Amino acid sequence: MKVTFPHMGHLWLILKTALEGIGLEVVVPPPCTRRTLELGVRHAPESACLPLKVNLGNFLEAKELGADTIVMAGGVGPCRIGYYAQVQREILRDIGCDYEMVVFEPPDVHFSEVWDKVKYLNRRPWQEGVRGVILAWQKACAIDLLEQELQRLRPREVKPGQADAVFQRALRDLDAAGSRGDIKRIVKRVKGEMAKIPRYTDRQVVRLGIVGEIYTVLEPLVNLHIERRLGALGVEVVRGLFISRWINDNLFKGLLPLPGHNPEKTAPPYLNHFVGGHGWESVGDTVTFAREGCDGVIQLAPLTCMPEIVAHSVMASVQEAKGIPIMTIYLDEQTGESGLQTRLEAFIDMLLWQKRRQAGKVYNGRGRNPCQETMPGCLRGQ
Amino acid sequence: MNNKMWRLGVPRALFYYYYGPWWEIFFETLGIEVIVSPPTYREIMDLGVSLAVAEACLPVKAYYGHAAWLASRVDALLVPRLVSVERKSYICPKLMGLPDMLRATLKPCPQIIDTTVNLARRPEEGLAAAVQGMARAIGVRGHRVELAKAAAEARYRSWTCERWGDTKGLETGNTDQAGERRYALPVGVIGHGYLLYDRYLGMDIPGKVAALGGQVILPENIDPQEVEKACRQLPKRLYWTLGRKIIGTALYLMEQEKVAGLIHLTAFGCGPDSLVGDLAERYARRRGKPFLLLTLDEHTGEAGLNTRLEAFMDMLYRRRSA
Repeated sequence: MKVTFPHMGHLWLILKTALEGIGLEVVVPPPCTRRTLELGVRHAPESACLPLKVNLGNFLEAKELGADTIVMAGGVGPCRIGYYAQVQREILRDIGCDYEMVVFEPPDVHFSEVWDKVKYLNRRPWQEGVRGVILAWQKACAIDLLEQELQRLRPREVKPGQADAVFQRALRDLDAAGSRGDIKRIVKRVKGEMAKIPRYTDRQVVRLGIVGEIYTVLEPLVNLHIERRLGALGVEVVRGLFISRWINDNLFKGLLPLPGHNPEKTAPPYLNHFVGGHGWESVGDTVTFAREGCDGVIQLAPLTCMPEIVAHSVMASVQEAKGIPIMTIYLDEQTGESGLQTRLEAFIDMLLWQKRRQAGKVYNGRGRNPCQETMPGCLRGQ
Repeated sequence: MNNKMWRLGVPRALFYYYYGPWWEIFFETLGIEVIVSPPTYREIMDLGVSLAVAEACLPVKAYYGHAAWLASRVDALLVPRLVSVERKSYICPKLMGLPDMLRATLKPCPQIIDTTVNLARRPEEGLAAAVQGMARAIGVRGHRVELAKAAAEARYRSWTCERWGDTKGLETGNTDQAGERRYALPVGVIGHGYLLYDRYLGMDIPGKVAALGGQVILPENIDPQEVEKACRQLPKRLYWTLGRKIIGTALYLMEQEKVAGLIHLTAFGCGPDSLVGDLAERYARRRGKPFLLLTLDEHTGEAGLNTRLEAFMDMLYRRRSA
């Protein structure tokens, strides 16, 4: 049995560790590229949401590498992800691509449904399997820790791209790490390397929250590396969605002491009910970010995403009440890089201008323009 | 608030086409003046399109239009938060957030009665809580509520029976419609009720099919038990109430020799339909049943739609006579 799974940001590294931990042969699908997207778009229903299309592309590319079993997550509504597996199975059948699918979802009748699937997949004694899963969890935490450091560093580094290079190396090392000690050593080393990267001390940095649907937030192919783009524009990105927190919220039911989402406390009165997917969290996180003093929020969603359309519809009232500018970006296979870049630049430009106006530093048209001086190079047109 | 004569606005869109009579009779029995917005027309649609976010689907935009039309004419709007109307099923995330979406958009916004209707876990208790919640929102308690509920349910039952009996095409055949230009072909027109029954929004597709000589079979014309039975063919229980209705109808009609073809009417951006419709189309293709997908949005031109319908009906006739 050669197992594969869909990509979502750095999830592959964690899933690979966990699945190898229970003794399976794992085929990691090739990293998402335009080809993945094209393959998926060719066979998927036209108005299905983007993750379904990209995942389908992943499966087709993994097939070329010899995978024969898919492990993926499902759900029981109301978001579409709960029916992905069934639709994808029919599509794969129609194009003659033979796969076995093991779908993990909340049990319909009894918990034993989930347990049976785990037993079916497990190839090793239980202690070893559990050890592998714990190792995967530790890797998830390490990645998220380093990524937060990366988000802080990106807008401040002198030479754009340095921090990203260090982070990519760290991912490769973490992939190879086989024990808790290895992970600790790697984290320590990478933190040291990141601390040594030369950075601006006087640059004015905009703090921007990213909220939205988890796949578009975490997968750089579909959001066109939005965090890297924002970093280069002098923006420190914060977000509430991380893989480790998602695992904690969904699999461990929030047992571990990680910062979770509490949309039932933060989202009302703007949105008073769960709406599937991450719609409620998007609104709740936006309120949280506004309270924490972020300068703006960007909401990301795949086109036609139902929960995020609800969130988008109420964002106007959040923006009005909290005074925080919010921009919603819908992503699909047609999204172009320059269009996105233009929108981001305009939005950041506006945020910078507002920040200075609040600080009383607005250019009156005479003398030296204080806005021009501290602006990142790319906005000055260099 | 009891002594005041309330004017309660009910938008004629979305789930009005499923539960409208229930709501009307319930509130009228409780002594409330119910005002239903007029059938969709151009101005209402334009109003909705200008208010809603661009990515929302056509029926939701129409709902915004109806709510905005009512906003200045009523004391309160009835926008129940329809989470689930049956066990372990949902409707659509957009209906779960509709009251909040309207509050964020309508300025000034009248009071909104947004009772949560959630029958997903415990249907009986959920329904009772929803009814009590609606009555409490207008300041009525006690056994009057039970009476109103009974009246509403009686009306609702007779109304669904009327709709069910509208066209029992499959059993009776078309012998009584002799003298027509062509003999009537049974054609299944599937889709959400708020598209099929809204003549402006849905471009009166059932009427057009009938005018082209088709005998229209709508999801509401089929025995719900048959629909549920057909749904068991699916690999996994579908958790959208309307999605199950659509695909169940499609699967049932596909197996009927008499039915010449299927027309699926959907709105651009409808989440459940993007998957359910695709599955229905795949199953139809495997069984060799003609299937036409019509996607509507606010830019859809009527002429293009007519051409496609005519071509499809011609093709069905040719298949039949061949």
